[in-house]
Parts: sequence; C-alpha cells; structure tokens
Amino acid sequence: MAIRVTPVEDGDGPLNPSRRELIKRGGLVVAFIWLSGPMRAWGMAETARIDQGQPQFAPNAFVRVGNDGSVQLVMPSIEMGQGAYTGQATLLAEELDVGLDQITVEHAPPNRKLYSNPMLGEQATGGSTTIRYCWSTLRNAGAAARYLLVSAAAQHWKVDPSQCTVARGVVTHAPSGRTLRYAELADAAAQVTPPDKAPLKSPSDFQLIGKPLRRVDTPGKVDGSLPFGIDIRVPGMKVATVQACPTFGGRLVSVDDTRARAVPGVLAVVKLDNAVAVIGEHFWAARQGLDALDIHWDRGANGKLTTEQLFKDLAEASEHGTPIVGRDVGHVDGVSGKLVSATYQLPMLAHATMEPINTVVHVRPDACEIWVGSQVPARCVDVATKITGLPAERIVVHNQYMGGGFGRRLFEDSVEQAVAIAKQVDYPVKVIWTREEDIAQDRYRPAYYDRISSTLDGQGKPVAWTHRTTGASVLATFAPSAMGKNGLDPDLVECAADLPYEMPNMRVEWVRHDMPSGLAVGWWRGVGSTHNVFVVESFVDELAHAAGKDPVAFRKSMLGDNPRALAVLELATQKAGWGQGALPPRHGRGVALAAPFGSYLCVVVDVEVSPQGEISLRRAVTAVDCGMVVNPNTVEAQIQGGLVFGWSAALYSGITLKDGAVEQRNFNDYRVMRLNQTPPMEVHIVHSKEQPGGIGETATVMAMPSLLNAVFAATGVRLRTLPIDRSALVSDNNALKAALSAATPLDIPSDVASVARMLV
Amino acid sequence: MIVLSINGQDSQVEVPEDMPLLWVLRDVIGLTGTKFGCGIAQCGACTVHLDGQPVRSCVLPVSGAINKKITTIEGIGATDIGKRMQQAWLGIEVAQCGYCQSGQIMSATALLAQTPQPTDTDIDRAMSGNLCRCGTYVRIRAAIKQAATGQITLPQTIA
Ligand code: FES
Ligand code: FES
Repeated sequence: MAIRVTPVEDGDGPLNPSRRELIKRGGLVVAFIWLSGPMRAWGMAETARIDQGQPQFAPNAFVRVGNDGSVQLVMPSIEMGQGAYTGQATLLAEELDVGLDQITVEHAPPNRKLYSNPMLGEQATGGSTTIRYCWSTLRNAGAAARYLLVSAAAQHWKVDPSQCTVARGVVTHAPSGRTLRYAELADAAAQVTPPDKAPLKSPSDFQLIGKPLRRVDTPGKVDGSLPFGIDIRVPGMKVATVQACPTFGGRLVSVDDTRARAVPGVLAVVKLDNAVAVIGEHFWAARQGLDALDIHWDRGANGKLTTEQLFKDLAEASEHGTPIVGRDVGHVDGVSGKLVSATYQLPMLAHATMEPINTVVHVRPDACEIWVGSQVPARCVDVATKITGLPAERIVVHNQYMGGGFGRRLFEDSVEQAVAIAKQVDYPVKVIWTREEDIAQDRYRPAYYDRISSTLDGQGKPVAWTHRTTGASVLATFAPSAMGKNGLDPDLVECAADLPYEMPNMRVEWVRHDMPSGLAVGWWRGVGSTHNVFVVESFVDELAHAAGKDPVAFRKSMLGDNPRALAVLELATQKAGWGQGALPPRHGRGVALAAPFGSYLCVVVDVEVSPQGEISLRRAVTAVDCGMVVNPNTVEAQIQGGLVFGWSAALYSGITLKDGAVEQRNFNDYRVMRLNQTPPMEVHIVHSKEQPGGIGETATVMAMPSLLNAVFAATGVRLRTLPIDRSALVSDNNALKAALSAATPLDIPSDVASVARMLV
Repeated sequence: MIVLSINGQDSQVEVPEDMPLLWVLRDVIGLTGTKFGCGIAQCGACTVHLDGQPVRSCVLPVSGAINKKITTIEGIGATDIGKRMQQAWLGIEVAQCGYCQSGQIMSATALLAQTPQPTDTDIDRAMSGNLCRCGTYVRIRAAIKQAATGQITLPQTIA
C-alpha cells in the first residue's frame, strides 16, 4: 500500500522543520495524510487545515477558534484512558459556551512554559491531578476567550457586552435579536485587548460540568480508526524490536547476528551498550531476527539478585536502618494497653499497559522527529537532545493517544533507547517492545516491607500507632527537588501519616532502602497511597478484630470530626447491607476507608472462598466524595477500572527475580483479572460542593484492603503478603486433591497448580 | 503472492506463509485497528473474524487465512450486529484507553452472531479471552446485553 506525503504549504517542508515552522505549528502537526487505504489520521487533518494559514483566534495556549467555525481545544494533560481530554475539554467548553460536540481536541506539544502541571512541577500527567490543577486554569482560559468574542460582537453592534448572551458558540444581543457565530467573530476577537480576568460562571449556571457527557475520544475507539503510538506509520519507516540485558545494570559483550541477518526482511542489527535491536521490514521479521541472535551478556553486579534476597535486605534495613520521621504526634512510647503488631510485605509490580511500549523516531542530521504516547512529553525532548546532540528546538515530539499509562509512560527510558537505535540508521524506525520485553524491562513499583503496631486501651480504642515503612524512593530520581528537607520522600508516607482517624499518639517513619543500582523503580497507579492504604486498612481491620468490634463500628468510633469520611462510610455500608443478616459459610464482606488524592472513598467487597482456596468476588459497592464532579460517567468508570486494576495485583501480580532477571514473561504468568472474574459494581457519588479531588487512582488504592478484609471475614485467615497465596486459604485438602486429579492440566490455573505442588 | 479477502476487498501481499496475520494486517496492509497485546493468544487484542469465527491473529499464520473471509474492526461496522455493537459500546461508554476494544468488539460480535440472546455464562465464556487493563469489564457485559436486547439498561451518556 502506497504511503504518500503531502507537505504542508511551507518552503521548509514537513520533514525539515525550521525553528520558525516548529513554533508556528507548535510541533503538533502530523505533516502527512494517508491518501490511500481505509485508515485515516484521526483528528489530525483538522490541525493541518488550520495550520495551513487559516486565520484563527488563539487567545491563550488552550483555545483556538477558526473563522471556519472550528473550535480546537489544546489538552495540557494526556489521554491514556482516564478521561482527561473529556474533563479538560468540559472545563474549557463550559466557560467558552460551546458544546462538547462542537469541539475537537489536540495533544499539547512539549512546552513546559505553557503546559506544566503546577502540582507536579513538570509537563506531566499523573498523581490524579488533572482536574485538580486545571479546575481554575482552564475555566479561566475558556472565560477569557468568551469575553473577547463577546466584546467583539458588542463592538460590532455598538452595544454593551452585558446585553449579550452566548449559547453553543452563538452570541445573541437579546434586545435586538441579532446573532453572530464565533466563526464570524474570530478575526475581530483577535484584535480585542484581553482582560486581566474574565468573570467565571457560578456553579449553579453550569451547563456541562457535572453532566455525564459523551467522551470526546471514544468514537475512534470502536471502529479502529483512532491511532495509538504503536499505529503510527510514516513514509520509509521500518520496524524494530529490541532486547535489553535481562539483568539490571548488565551490559552487552558481543552478539553473533549471522542467523538473524539471514532472516528474510531483516535489515539491520543495532547494538547499544546494554541492548540489541533488530530492524526489519515489519515486526515479524524483526522479531524472528531477534530470536535468532546469539547474545553474550555481562550480567553485571546484580547477576545473582533474587526476590528472597531483596526482602531479606528490606527486613534488615527496617530493623537496623535509620528512619526518617514523616509524622510524630504525642508520645507513642509511654502508652500502655494491649499491643497489636503486624508485618506486611508488598511485591514489585509491573504496569503491563495493554499497548506495549513503542516509539517512532526519525533522526536526521539537522532534526529529530518522535511519535510517542508519553506522560512526560517535554522529557522526551530532553533525552532526544542528549542522544542526538541536537538543540531542543530541532526536536519535534508528536504526542499520541496511549493504550494505558498507569505510571509507566511517566518514564522516557524507552524513548531514549529508541532514539539511540534510530540514530544509527537514516530512515524512520518504529521500535516495539514485545510483551516479554515490556514486562522484563519495566520501571517497577518498588517492593515494600512495613511494620506496624498499635496499642488498644481498656475499651479497645487505639491510643498509640506506629508505622515504619521500608522501601525505595521513586521521587528521588523522578523529581529530586521535591524531596523533603530531612530527606523524606512524601510519597512513602502518603495516606499513612495523614490517617482519616483520630490518633492521640502516633509515629510514622520511613527507612529508605533503594533497590540495587540499575534496577529502576517507577510510579504505579495509586503510588504511595496504594501501598500504605493496604497496610493501614488491613491493620485497622486487625485491630477491630483484636478489640472484638465490628470493623465498620470500629472505624466510626475512630473518626472523630470527619464528616466527609463518615458520609462515605455510612453510604457504602448501608448500600452494601452491612450487618444485615449473616452470610453463608466461606463468604465474607470487607470494608476499607481512606482519603487518597483529596477524595474520600469507602469500598465494601463481598467474596466467596472455595474449599480449594479460590477467591470469587461477588459484589463491590463504592461510595465516593471527590468534591465537585466534572463528569460522573468518568468518575464511575475510573472507580470500576481502578478496582479491577488493584484486585488484579492483589490476586495475581508480583514481579520476582531469579539470577538477577525478572521471571515473569507475558500475561500467562503475569496474570491479570478477566471478565468472568469481575463482579457487579455499584458506584455511589456523594453530592459535594468541595473543591475537586483526584479520581483516577483512588479505587486502585481501595481495592486491595477491601478484598483482603473480605477474605479474612470469609476464612479467618489474615493475609499480610501480596499477591494472595491461595494455599493459605485451603480448607479442604482432600477436596482440592480430588479436584486436581479429575482436572486436565489445561483446567488448572497456574496459581492452583502452585497450591497443588505444596500438597502433593 | 498471497491473496487475502479483507472486509470484502482482495489484497495481494508478498509475505512469508508463516507470518502471523496480525502483522500482515498492521505492517504490510496498514490496517492498524487490530492490536498487538501479547503475541501468544493470551489477551485477545488481535481478534479478527475468519469466516465469522473469532481468531487470534497474532498466532494465525497468514496461510491459514487464504480463501477465507477476513473481517477486522475496520469492517465490522458494515454488518448489522457489528454496527449495533459499536453503538452499544458508545451508548454505555465502554472504552477507556480503548486499546483492547477492537478485540473486545470483535469477540462480542462473533458471540452475538452465534448466540443472539447470550446469558451471563455465554458472555463469560466468549469474552474471558480478551483482557482489558483499564478494567472495563462490567460495561462490556452491559453493552453486549444492550446490543442483544436493544434494551437500554444503564443510564446513557448524552452526545
Ligand atoms: S496479541 Fe493476540 S492474543 Fe494477545
Ligand atoms: S480500554 Fe484500556 S485496555 Fe481496555
């Protein structure tokens, strides 16, 4: 199939962008269109059209109104499924007074000045900050644009702007009945002096905010037309796949590529310090070539590393390391009563985004062009600058829709690698990681080792609380300047130092124990809160049990004056029917309550545990107060998906190391939940006038403790190590043995097989 | 030279016979709606229809698709069931990142073609080979039921 190039009308041409051109295009334009075949560059033709010289009204970095009637909104965050584009477009469209069906959205180009997220200090999407940081910024941007368009209309009619109203992009002067469309006003509005601040709507006047509006990105997701980074094809492009040294910090010694080069379609074998890539006419050739390589690695200092060693080191550091205090209230030491203590252990985790890691790069002598879905587009420019030696203004990054991020695409390691590969050839290359590489070369959520204790007074009320967590810091490498003065990484104590409960005496501290050098760690959905809320809310359940109290009543008694937490606790437990009638044997109901990312959530989970230790989720009820809601449909979707993501990890996920390499390979041994395992879920949103809280990661935070507390209720077994070890839940060894001997090998899930090995 | 019938059109390709259909579609023909997720028949992202049957194209040698009618996500909207399925998907707003959804819709459409009124067990059986890391499973189930019955079971989003 022919791929032809249609240059934008500019002397420099699309493949040789001058600085002037880059500024004018904002680095955004995909400067080609598909001329043949059934594919189309979704949403991109518009960009090309606008940028081909049509006058437009661009009052700020986010709003573009063309005199052809087009309204383009530039999205400062990126879309990886979480609904950011819909939420951010809603904030702009609300104040601009246009419908979501009247706009198109564009990926923002890398530009820290215009598009940095002040909550993260970087042009980055993460930390459930998208709506929180944009809530005012984008409404102001929309309102300012509207002010200018209305002023232009009023000047044209020689009337007072206060007599004008706007609906769906049409300005009306009510007394005379005259109307003008935004398209007709775009040129004139560009001449109006911008206001310092335009008035914002009062929430009672919102037309879009708070409504379950259709997502702006979904039509192209049901017919295959929306391109993800992995779908990008540029003229002359070849396809590569890569293998990096399986041990972290290891190096390439030599490679025999004789057999690889004989594979039909293989074009080149590219060596990097710690990796080998094979470039082919298509992925299949590259993949076969890669499999045919004979690679000799220097496995490096971590060549013998094992998971057992990792946890031994963590335990040792927890015992003897120097803690950094995250919170110290009252006196934990002098308190007497019943002491309850526990140790929790959380594994390394991979992200396994559905779209494997990929990047398209074209390195030319004078410029470098990159197509990638990244949560940190400006950092992609940085690494390309580093590898190519080109100045930043000669790097163009076209950001793309992402097939999941979950924190993985906050790291630009794969982009750096792809540029290094592409630098060695003179054509564009699409580097695709196999799923095996995606799992073996992730930026893993670090492992944690937590010791926690509490003292109960005579009435069973916790009066002292100590929590020492031990693990690596992600922030220390991701954003060193954000580390606390005393060396504290606030992520390590998030939702541990700030409990929703009253606690007269408490000490929360962290022992920093970084992973061996070369083993890079990363953000994973829910970050520090996912780790801490699992420990805290499991342990609160343990305390309730030790105090002989109902877990919900126990939590209520600890809340003190915390009306938002109380409201979600009461709502979720009431909807779930908490305490109303006994459940059948081996059925259990668990609860978790927390306030992650500025929101309040309570989740109640029902499970059934078979005599063989298999867990079936039966139902989940969530109550959430995330402040003012921009799109309830998105909130519900993020709760549903976030729970599945967290349960998947609790049930199955753990990255383990043997001889320094990751043992898991693909979805067969890095298992995630499937449709048949997913229970019905109810989501109840509390009506709230509070500032918006985060939502994308919150449910993942709640998933693990609510599930584990339900398993405890069903079995009486308290699991403190993730992922869940089903062998600890077996109540009937004979039933299990009988079931296993009757089953064919294919019927046996791998986790049951591991139980079987223990029994037989 | 291999001739493939894809979405009602013949395409000629010059590729090795053992090349998986997925890569012929994506890298040679340029139909990128069919996705790569695992390469070992574990995730369903690459699902296409071969004479109406759902298959994992990442493990299907292209030779196995000769003389068969291949339907991909780009062509499924031309069938009545496919169209209904896409509409239900939008009505319920199933997709998050959307990467798995081509495969989900292909599996769901094949299910409905064989079982017009599927039970929950039928849906479990037909859909559990399709992973979704965004966890859209409850909405996938609801959308299949909506496409089957025409009954709107969840509050629909507005355009
Ligand atoms: S890519 Fe074919 S099943 Fe995963
Ligand atoms: S919608 Fe993202 S993987 Fe399914």
